[in-house]
Amino acid sequence: MSFAYHKAASVNDAASQAGGDAALLAGGMTLLPAIKLGLSDPRRLVDLADLGELRGITRDGDTLTIGSMTRHADVAASAEVQGAIPALAKLAGGIGDAQVRHRGTIGGSIANNDPAADYPAACLGLGATIVTTSREIAADDFFTGLFETALEEGEIITSVRFPVPEKAAYEKFVQPASRFALVGVFAAQGPAGTRVAVTGAGLSGVYRASDMEAALESDFSADAIDGITVPEDNMAADIHAAADYRAHLVKVIAGRAIAAAAG
Amino acid sequence: MTEVTMTVNGKSVTADVEPDTLLADFIRQNLSLTGTHVGCDTSQCGACCVLVDGDSMKSCTMLAVQADGAEITTIEGLATNGTFHPMQQAFHDNHALQCGFCTPGMLISAIDLATKNPDISESEIRHGLEGNLCRCTGYHNIVKAVKAGADAMRG
Repeated sequence: MSFAYHKAASVNDAASQAGGDAALLAGGMTLLPAIKLGLSDPRRLVDLADLGELRGITRDGDTLTIGSMTRHADVAASAEVQGAIPALAKLAGGIGDAQVRHRGTIGGSIANNDPAADYPAACLGLGATIVTTSREIAADDFFTGLFETALEEGEIITSVRFPVPEKAAYEKFVQPASRFALVGVFAAQGPAGTRVAVTGAGLSGVYRASDMEAALESDFSADAIDGITVPEDNMAADIHAAADYRAHLVKVIAGRAIAAAAG
Repeated sequence: MTEVTMTVNGKSVTADVEPDTLLADFIRQNLSLTGTHVGCDTSQCGACCVLVDGDSMKSCTMLAVQADGAEITTIEGLATNGTFHPMQQAFHDNHALQCGFCTPGMLISAIDLATKNPDISESEIRHGLEGNLCRCTGYHNIVKAVKAGADAMRG
């Protein structure tokens, strides 16, 4: 590992430095371990830490906006988030461990789009809008595959806007060593419709369980998904869990999330 | 090289570092404060925890340049004039360590938890210590010690 380091003085400065052989550094909770393991080898790091305008949480009516550099610990502890979308505060408080939550950011998490990360499920499950330096992207169009997003080179996430739902809950089955989601499900009903987003399980990363969503339209209860079978063909399989186990867990955890959201 | 200035255990330090120098290595090698341990070096075990502006962080997963301007507390900064910090005393009293390798990180995390949540419950302690691994004790005495330490810190 060997790189130059630049602390961005403004969002424009960061955008002009980004791209090519540079990597944007947010909290560094994924990027730094990846560099140390040789999985990532950027020549330049552009640190966003000083950009206070990318931090903060505001509520305007039925929209909750979280700046991209807002740390998980701050989302978890925010009275604004706890009041508007308690499921989101709970999700943030369950990411990694205390030390990860003290540095990791929402923007960094979703830009990385780890297939077992928690925040992508919240974005997709709530129908969030990802605001960048150049445009607004619906969560449905943002997560495009394993560690892949719709972000263009040099495009920086500035905030995430969440419509405040009527009902929402997030449940996850943690991989006990990493605390990533072996399977995590965000279930919600609100302005963005009825949504069930699954992380940790899908071969292509976070996805919406459309058959469950259809079943919940008329009856938002755990019983409504009783008859649904989760096929194992699209499930990830690794040292932690086989595909059939993940498929089984998706239904179990979805049931818990739906029951919790239904209240 | 990049110049960094930070306050470590109350003293201001300035040094030129390579951008890829980890905070843990800076603390151990440049400052000779070897009480901060590097266990796994993969941000899992928590032995390298230090307080950065009051929050526990894993110094093996932070660059020294990211700590520029920060206030750092390491294990060496806890005792005052040879008297244990109340949390250190609680670990001593409750036999909350065996080999002691994880203890510096445990103490830093414990103090962070107890400072922010003075009346912390056992389940909050267990959740709060998820980022600190101990391979000797089975955690029970650590949890007891953190509770006792939090009570002592509250006075």
